[in-house]
Amino acid sequence: MHCRPSVSGHRFLGFGSFLPMLMLVALFGLTIPGCPSGGSNANEIVIGHFGSMSGSEATFGQSTDNGIKLAIEELNAAGGINGKKVRLITYDDKGDAREAGTAVTRLVTSDKVTAVLGEVASGLSLAGAPICQENGVPMISPSSTNPKVTKIGDMIFRVCFIDPFQGSVCAKFARSEELNASKAAILTDQASPYSVGLQEEFEKAFVELGGTITTKQTYQGGDQDFSAQLTGIRGSEPDVIFIPGYYTDVGNIALQARKLGIQTPMLGGDGWDSSKLGEVAGKALDGCFYSNHYSHEDPNPRVQDYIKKYSAKYKGTPDGLAALGYDAARILFEAMKRSKSLSGADIAAELAKTKDFDGVTGKISIDKDRNAVKPAVMLEMKNGKPAFVSTIQPDK
Amino acid sequence: MTVPDTAPKITSPQSAQPSDSAGKRTSVWSGLWPLAVGIALAAVMHFALPKLIGQYYSRIVMDIGIAMIMAVSLNIVNGMTGQFSIGHAGFMTLGGYTAAMLTYYGSLSIWGTSLKHGGFLGVGEWMFAASCLVGGLVAAGAGYVVGLPSLRLRGDYLAIVTLGFGEILRVVLQQTGKVIDDAEALRAATWSQFFPPPVGGAVGFDGVPKYTDLFWVYTFVTITVVVAYRLKHSSLGRAMISIREDEIASQAMGVNIARNKVLAFVLAAFFAGTAGGLFAHEAGVIVSPKDAGFQRSFDYVIMTVLGGRGSITGVMLAATILTALPEALRDFEQYRLIMYALLLIIMMLVRPQGLFGIHEIWQLWPGRGTRTDQKKA
Repeated sequence: MHCRPSVSGHRFLGFGSFLPMLMLVALFGLTIPGCPSGGSNANEIVIGHFGSMSGSEATFGQSTDNGIKLAIEELNAAGGINGKKVRLITYDDKGDAREAGTAVTRLVTSDKVTAVLGEVASGLSLAGAPICQENGVPMISPSSTNPKVTKIGDMIFRVCFIDPFQGSVCAKFARSEELNASKAAILTDQASPYSVGLQEEFEKAFVELGGTITTKQTYQGGDQDFSAQLTGIRGSEPDVIFIPGYYTDVGNIALQARKLGIQTPMLGGDGWDSSKLGEVAGKALDGCFYSNHYSHEDPNPRVQDYIKKYSAKYKGTPDGLAALGYDAARILFEAMKRSKSLSGADIAAELAKTKDFDGVTGKISIDKDRNAVKPAVMLEMKNGKPAFVSTIQPDK
Repeated sequence: MTVPDTAPKITSPQSAQPSDSAGKRTSVWSGLWPLAVGIALAAVMHFALPKLIGQYYSRIVMDIGIAMIMAVSLNIVNGMTGQFSIGHAGFMTLGGYTAAMLTYYGSLSIWGTSLKHGGFLGVGEWMFAASCLVGGLVAAGAGYVVGLPSLRLRGDYLAIVTLGFGEILRVVLQQTGKVIDDAEALRAATWSQFFPPPVGGAVGFDGVPKYTDLFWVYTFVTITVVVAYRLKHSSLGRAMISIREDEIASQAMGVNIARNKVLAFVLAAFFAGTAGGLFAHEAGVIVSPKDAGFQRSFDYVIMTVLGGRGSITGVMLAATILTALPEALRDFEQYRLIMYALLLIIMMLVRPQGLFGIHEIWQLWPGRGTRTDQKKA
């Protein structure tokens, strides 16, 4: 065995390898194929969208994107913003915070978008928002409900309600005549910031309203077997089970709960909202409720008109996320129309003035914390399909 | 070290040190100047690149640097020593959380704000660099613990242990407490709030000051690569490679297998920990427990496999390609990951031994020839 390489061996490191190595790196950075999009020309306005178009929550990103595209199509057909057409650039972040950061950096610094729409998941909005804030580009999150998101700065807005509101809506509904529950069990996805945040708010509100929590169980998003948690819940004899998870897991949970003989109604938040939920759970979720941003059964003509347009362009009925994407884009366009220039600061100032905007997901006003003040709806699963129960207005 | 000596020591790394002072000076200089050049280049990149290619491409170059540290360090375990670790992202996340905790709570208690403090090479940056190193040390400690089973386990079984480490860490991190938001709350905090550590639980650790820039990333890349290269050509590295090639034969030759395996783990974990520190302080990144999971670990395993076993330049190139590729494929939208996987399959079919095999890039250039000490045993 050789004990040590010769001195000349080290010199290789200097001349032969090290410089080329680093240059190679630098060059590769330059040779990444440029995108065809580039900057905006004089007759169009480019806006960006980052969302999870692939990955485990892919329907979230895709629905939102559909909603945004529909709004843009309508706007361009009606003449655009002061004669300028709007073009959308969508980047996939596959549900990964780091990818979200990269995607937003590209939108903001390379594509020079006027405004950014996205993300659905709060954790990903939190990754993208500081970049928008730093570069002075307004960002509207269509459906991130975690309160922290808009606290990042004055460029960050949202058009959905926040977790404390949704948590109290669920708690109020659980205590109302509809369910009349005094004992609730909670099953949280501890790997999801959304789920943990909503669970905390629900618990607080439910206890304040005089209810008791019998047991708190946790699972990991993507788990397949929930029997241990469900057996624990069955033993605690709750009147209602609160599951603030995403649709992928909720379906499995419901199926396994019914198999274990648990007939207790389940309650959840907008994470349940997907056409896939009924496909997974079938009738196992019948008699269960969840809070959402809108219901497609809402007789309001604004809603029915939207559903007609959406179904004509894409197949199937739009879920809440598509509606929020649509509303987020339209609120942005309204602000752009009113704004005296297309600079980020001007658009943000106009966005902050949004009041009683007649959206598909209800009348939307933006408050001083750049959050949307708006009603929530409760839906009941019937034959594997969500049905409208009631609208719950915000306190004011 | 509690590792049992399984064989008598024959070799000593110091035995071949040149004895005359002139030779020594050459050897010290030849050891240091790649470092100096690398750090100088990092500084040039830091000032020139953002202006030349813009923020987005600079960011990708930065991500490539972090991936290089990860891949080159994993290569010490997987490529050189021939062990199979698939928990490398666990070490990275551990280092990242440690470093982030130090800078975040350090900044809060010293300057009262968690924002970036000071400019290029300012006080804040040195604190950041120091906490990256501490993150590396903590990860190295974990590497020692995870490395111990490698004395008894091989192949698939060792892989399961390392996989388990990453997954355990992920679940443990999800049980941590909420981040303390401002200086006043920090002052008022009781000890019980620091156990479990307030690093955000499932939500992830947000609000960490954003110090990571091209200079620091490529300074750490330089250190990692120089150490890996020197290691590969030292008696220690040779001993590691002999373990990879034939464990029994190398033991018969007097190589202390136990010590070398654990050392490989500790070294790799240290660099992964520093990479984690860089990762945690990058803008637009929130370290979250998810990062410790096996999916990220696999990214790095793929880089070492694609680069070639033990080839430092090969692994660096693989890290570059695999980090840039998903970005270059953005225009394919949702089919991008399919394209990515397809390209990976094609690359592995065309070059099953990895991009450079066991060689370094300059050995493939015509005229240079293959040096004897690189030949496969």
